[in-house]
Amino acid sequence: MTEKKDTQVKKVAMICAKGTIEDVYATLVMANGAVMEGMEAKVFFTFFGLDAITKKHMNKLHTATVGNPAMRMPGGLPFPTLLGAIPGVEAGVSAMMRSQMDKLDIPPVDEFLDMITAGGGEIYACKLAMDMFKMKKEDLSDHVIDVITIGDFYSMAGGEGSQVIFT
Amino acid sequence: MAQKTIAGVNLEVSDEGYLTDPSQWNEEIAKEIAKEENIELNDKHFEVIKFIRENAESGLTIRKVGKSGIVDIKGFYDLFPGGPLKMSTKIAGIPKPTSCV
Repeated sequence: MTEKKDTQVKKVAMICAKGTIEDVYATLVMANGAVMEGMEAKVFFTFFGLDAITKKHMNKLHTATVGNPAMRMPGGLPFPTLLGAIPGVEAGVSAMMRSQMDKLDIPPVDEFLDMITAGGGEIYACKLAMDMFKMKKEDLSDHVIDVITIGDFYSMAGGEGSQVIFT
Repeated sequence: MAQKTIAGVNLEVSDEGYLTDPSQWNEEIAKEIAKEENIELNDKHFEVIKFIRENAESGLTIRKVGKSGIVDIKGFYDLFPGGPLKMSTKIAGIPKPTSCV
């Protein structure tokens, strides 16, 4: 029999490329969970994920009410896509989702980033996506350490027991 | 479930070393567990531990401790390096919290 040897995860390098509530929060929960467990966490926000670290948008993220087959009404009935297309519905649903999360002590994005960085987690923004969206470093929240390339990010992601996670 | 003698008291602990009966806890036990985690407890630690024991039932999170007015989150990490919530609850003699935040 071969002996099974597990290497504990000691470090996570996460890449967040989408800007919906669920994608961003998946990243934030996992990153915060890592620092809570005493692991190293580095997060790289790119493409629409940049919304999560943009001062103007970070606390106003939305979830998709159109083209989201998992979306349900309160009570569990399917949520008709056409209803989701009505102006204001997406904003309302998203606000409801954020308030539900708040009840579970899941903080708003900026406070979540406070928590992650307080625990030693590091936040980075993608240079290519920044150029593409014509964004400047000043548009980003103060949690962001630096605007870097994916190559720079990979160079920080190595080491025994480290994992790269894409959300 | 396991038995463990800490600070001369025979205690029921979980597989991860958390006290199963918080009422058996005292400060000597806290110091002993903390020593295993390489933490020397000071007054600030005990303030946090007191808060944690008082709020054990309410679903503890790092955020709650950060809003306790005793320490901010950064301070909490500094007091209990390498996993503040899991370490502080272990030292405080309460079950391991199940929270993901």
